[in-house]
Amino acid sequence: MAAKTLTINGRQISAAEGSTVLKAAEEAGVEIPSLCHLDGVYDVGACRLCLVEVKGASRLLPACTTVISEGMEVQTGTERLIKYRRMTLELLFAERNHVCSVCVADGHCELQTLAYSLGMDHVRFDYLFPKWDVDNTHSLFGMDHNRCILCTRCVRVCWHIEGAGTKNVSGRGGQSKIITDLNAAWGKSDSCTSCGKCVQSCPTGALFYKGSTVGEMVRDRSKLEFIVNAREKKLWVYQD
Amino acid sequence: MSFLDLDEFLLELAPRVELVFSPIMDVKEFPADVDLCLVEGALCNTDHIEMAHKIRRLTKAVVAFGDCAITGNVSAIRNQLGLGNRENVLQRAYMESAQLNPCKPALKGIVPPLIERVMPLHEVIRVDYFLTGCPPHAERIKSFLSQWLAGQKPRLQGLDLKFG
Repeated sequence: MAAKTLTINGRQISAAEGSTVLKAAEEAGVEIPSLCHLDGVYDVGACRLCLVEVKGASRLLPACTTVISEGMEVQTGTERLIKYRRMTLELLFAERNHVCSVCVADGHCELQTLAYSLGMDHVRFDYLFPKWDVDNTHSLFGMDHNRCILCTRCVRVCWHIEGAGTKNVSGRGGQSKIITDLNAAWGKSDSCTSCGKCVQSCPTGALFYKGSTVGEMVRDRSKLEFIVNAREKKLWVYQD
Repeated sequence: MSFLDLDEFLLELAPRVELVFSPIMDVKEFPADVDLCLVEGALCNTDHIEMAHKIRRLTKAVVAFGDCAITGNVSAIRNQLGLGNRENVLQRAYMESAQLNPCKPALKGIVPPLIERVMPLHEVIRVDYFLTGCPPHAERIKSFLSQWLAGQKPRLQGLDLKFG
C-alpha cells in the first residue's frame, strides 16, 4: 500500500494511504484524546474530543474520521484545541448525571481519566440533572443511562463484532438514548446473545456487570481485541 | 475526616496557620480578614447561600473543597426529581420514612428552607481554587496547602484532579 507523508505538530511522518489522522498520530507516538474511537469498529466522530486543526480547513476536524492526504499539516495540541476539548468534556459531564464517587466505573473510567488528564477541576456549565432510568432487566448486565455519553461504542460492537444488532440509538440530541431492540427492556430482547461485548466496550459506567458496586467495574478489552485480531490479522491468539 | 488523614503534617501545619473557624471550633460567627477558607459541601438551603456570600465577602481565597462543593455530587441527586423536589424530599424523609410522629419541619428559624435545586459553590460565589475528590485525599490537601503556604498559586494536576 502506498504511503503518504504529512506533518503532525510540525514533525514529518508517513503512514499508509487510507489511514485516519488518529491512526497516523498514534503510530507516530502522538496522543490525541478520544472517547468514541474503539479499535476494531468503524469510527463515527461522535465525541468530538479528537478534534484537530488541519491547515487549509476552515473548521476543526475529528482525527478519527479524517483520512490523511499527502502534505497535510495537522496540529493536535494548540491553545484553541485545548480550550474546545475542555469545553466538550465539561459539556459531557453537565449533560447527564456523572457522579464519580458512587459510580461502578470510578477509577476505571475513560471519561474520568480524560477529565483529570486534561486539567478539568470543575464544570463551568450548569448541570442539567436529567432524569434517566437504569435498565436492570437483563440477567447479567445493567445499563445506567445517567452515565451514558452516547459514544455508541456498544452499538457498533453489537452490530459489527457480535453481529447481533441489539443495541440502537433512539431520539435526538440530548434526548438520544441507547435502546435494545425496538426500545424493549434489555431482559426481553430477542436478539441479544448475552455476549457482553457492549459491556467491555463502554468507556464509562453506563454498562456494567450486575453486582458491581462503586469502582468495581473493570473492563477486559482483551476479549474484544482477540476477535478483532482474529478477524483482521487472522491471529487466533491473545496478545499481551 | 480526610483532613485528619494529614497525620504528622497537621503538626507542621499548626504553628504556621491560625484556625479561626471550623465545625470543630466553638465559634458562631465567621470572622473577618480570613486568608483561606476550605468550603465543604454543596449548597442545599437558604442558610448555605447566605453563608457562602459571607465567606466570599470576608475571605481572600475561597477553595471549593471536595466533589460536593464542586459538582453537587450525591447531595445533588435530588435535582433529578425536578424543580418540585423540595416537597418530595421532605415528604419522603419526614412523612413516609418516619416511624414516630410524622410531620414536616414547619417552625420558622428551626430548619432553613431547602432551595429549589442543590448547587455547586461556584454557581453562587466566585471560587479561587478547586480541590476535587470524594473525599480529597490527604496527599492532595497537603500538596495544595504546602504550595499555598510557600506563597505560590496552588496548582494541582493529573491524578490530583480526579473526581470521586
